[in-house]
Amino acid sequence: MELLMIILIGIIFSVSTYLMLTNSLLRVIFGIVMLSHGAHLLLLTLSGFNDGAPPLLGEEASVYMDPLPQALILTAIVISFGVTAFLLVLGYRTYRAHETDKMDQLRGNADE
Amino acid sequence: MKTNYVMLHTITRIVALIVLSFSVYLFFAGHYTPGGGFIGGLMFACGLLLLYLSFDLNKITTVLPIDFEKVIAIGLLIGIGTGLNSLLFGDPFLTMYFDYYDVWLLGEVGLTTTTPFAIAIFLVVVGVALLTILTIAGDEA
Amino acid sequence: MNNLLLVPVVAPFLIGTILILFKNHHRTQRVISAVTAIIMLVFAFYITYEVYVNGIQTVELGTWVPPFGIVLVADLFASLMVILSSIVGVVCLFFAFQTISPEREKFFFYPFYMFLLAGVHGAFLTGDLFNLFVFFEVMLIASYILIVHGGTKYQLRESFKYVVINVFASIFFIVGIAYIYGITGTLNMAQIAERVGELEQTGVLNAIAVLFLLVFGMKGALFPLYFWLPNSYFGPPSAIAALFGGLLTKVGIYAIIRTFTLIFTHDPGFTHNLILFLAGGTMFFGVLGAVAQFDFKRILSYHIISQVGYMALGLGLYSQLAIAGAIYYIAHHIIVKPALFLFCGATEKITGTTDLKKMSGLLKTYPVLGWLFLVTAISLAGIPPLSGFFSKFALILDGIDQGRYFIVFISLLVGILTLFSMMKIFIYVFWGEESLKGEQRRQPLMPLLMPILPLVALTVILGFGAEPIFSFSMDVANELLEPANYINAVLKE
Repeated sequence: MELLMIILIGIIFSVSTYLMLTNSLLRVIFGIVMLSHGAHLLLLTLSGFNDGAPPLLGEEASVYMDPLPQALILTAIVISFGVTAFLLVLGYRTYRAHETDKMDQLRGNADE
Repeated sequence: MKTNYVMLHTITRIVALIVLSFSVYLFFAGHYTPGGGFIGGLMFACGLLLLYLSFDLNKITTVLPIDFEKVIAIGLLIGIGTGLNSLLFGDPFLTMYFDYYDVWLLGEVGLTTTTPFAIAIFLVVVGVALLTILTIAGDEA
Repeated sequence: MNNLLLVPVVAPFLIGTILILFKNHHRTQRVISAVTAIIMLVFAFYITYEVYVNGIQTVELGTWVPPFGIVLVADLFASLMVILSSIVGVVCLFFAFQTISPEREKFFFYPFYMFLLAGVHGAFLTGDLFNLFVFFEVMLIASYILIVHGGTKYQLRESFKYVVINVFASIFFIVGIAYIYGITGTLNMAQIAERVGELEQTGVLNAIAVLFLLVFGMKGALFPLYFWLPNSYFGPPSAIAALFGGLLTKVGIYAIIRTFTLIFTHDPGFTHNLILFLAGGTMFFGVLGAVAQFDFKRILSYHIISQVGYMALGLGLYSQLAIAGAIYYIAHHIIVKPALFLFCGATEKITGTTDLKKMSGLLKTYPVLGWLFLVTAISLAGIPPLSGFFSKFALILDGIDQGRYFIVFISLLVGILTLFSMMKIFIYVFWGEESLKGEQRRQPLMPLLMPILPLVALTVILGFGAEPIFSFSMDVANELLEPANYINAVLKE
């Protein structure tokens, strides 16, 4: 399971790297979103998978799940939700102001 | 040309009601089972968004004159307020209190200070999601 | 347990939220935010006093005992940083009152200003690695909004890059946290420090240390990762640029110093030498960038980079004297850099431009502005008896002691080039034929100078009162080099 997850995370990271290096503004945002998903999965994987009872509900089970990574991931998801929302609006405004979504045209002038 | 989306409008009226009430259920389920303020808030925002999509933006704005900036502010205020109330009892910030009370008609109910906090998250999520989408949608191309 | 520590974090957050409700009442917003900023400054001094007298203070949020819950920790370093950021917060706020246009004020300028301060203070005070990430995000999201505030074409374009770079770094912060949690099973910084000591897996720890250096280096504009800074700081108005220039990169540096004195102390031969190498590159290439520019704001932005290098240099040398020098340098920089940006804002308000070639001879009409700028500028360059001298002196002295002559040479060279580009500004802006016309001669100067004066006074005081302040920095450095105190204060062992 761990191996599978690591491979999956590797694929997600490489896809997002590809997206971030493309010329389109929207794809850069998608790349960022993908990358954050990969990071969240990595956090889940590295904290270890084990089968166990939900914590804090009873004292019978011998093995408990670690609830902390899930709480951390939820927090990180909420943050990336806010950032993504902001990035989309910012990207849209940039597109409207410059009338292009090509990153190489957003490079700026040399003399600025 | 004015088109009349009878099917869409009729279905939306029913589905939006289901989505909105399910979001409230998810919100209250959140204390022990999957759900909670964030998920409930997102679902609630989806329900409202469905209304905005199928009817006109201006029409919904006249029916629901909500300033989502204020919704976010009020949500944040409630959230900080629930954290601060523990200072009144001399405990550190964000201390949670929990107890069972007998409430009229409902019997014994567990009341906790995390509920107002979840309401705060609910309001902030609804506010942020709809504010973002409506900001782009309201921009006349 | 000391709830006092919450004031610098929760107060600006609460007030910022309340300010959202006063969207259209600019005067109310100004009064409330000014009062809050001043109260915060008072509390920051009080917290530092408390820490100095009674030792490290902590508060466990939600009564969850560390390492299970989030803990806020104020040691001398953190509380000193809170004081400095509160000072800059007050000053830039008052300067913003004079210079921010009403259109910008309308779009939640003051709420996000407060959120930014809340995030910065939170990042200084937190004792939990994940919480550090959260406060970084609070600070960064506020900074995204402030940097694009006003929405000019230039700002939109450069802010997009700024946001993407910072989000990218934040995601790698999560990756770093995942690794740390994977090997130590905890996120409380004190407990991580304890467990890292027992771990004896230098290779893995070095990899994680480099990852964290990458993350914080991207936010603090260290050598290969500083390219985003000059362009993005050029866009926003001077009050914001001053706040960013004074605070944001320093939060990155604070995080580097905190993690590399508390957690990653297992192999200084590798990690701290790497920091030293990066510090040299940062200083040198930053100042070269500044020398090449002919724009007031851009020169100052490039100098931020070169000065971040000095702070990293102090950490890289990793001795009490060097770290004390770095801390003194941070204090000096947080005061001087915003002052210079505010001078830039004042001249921009008078002449309407920041291009050095388009202005000259301001000294005739505005002598006070000119000479005050000169004092601040030579303080930045490190001329005795101003504050810049003593901090660099400590760093260089320790560098020679340790026999690291090359880095000492670079830092001296950078000092000369800094002096050169400061003089360039002074000569272009204030000397020569007077270029001002009509209305430009009669700008009211006092409202613009009032917020800057305390900063200029502080750099003089920091220079002339170097003895007590430096011994305080030595105390701070001593505390940083003894992580056991921090660990005991948090975990109560």
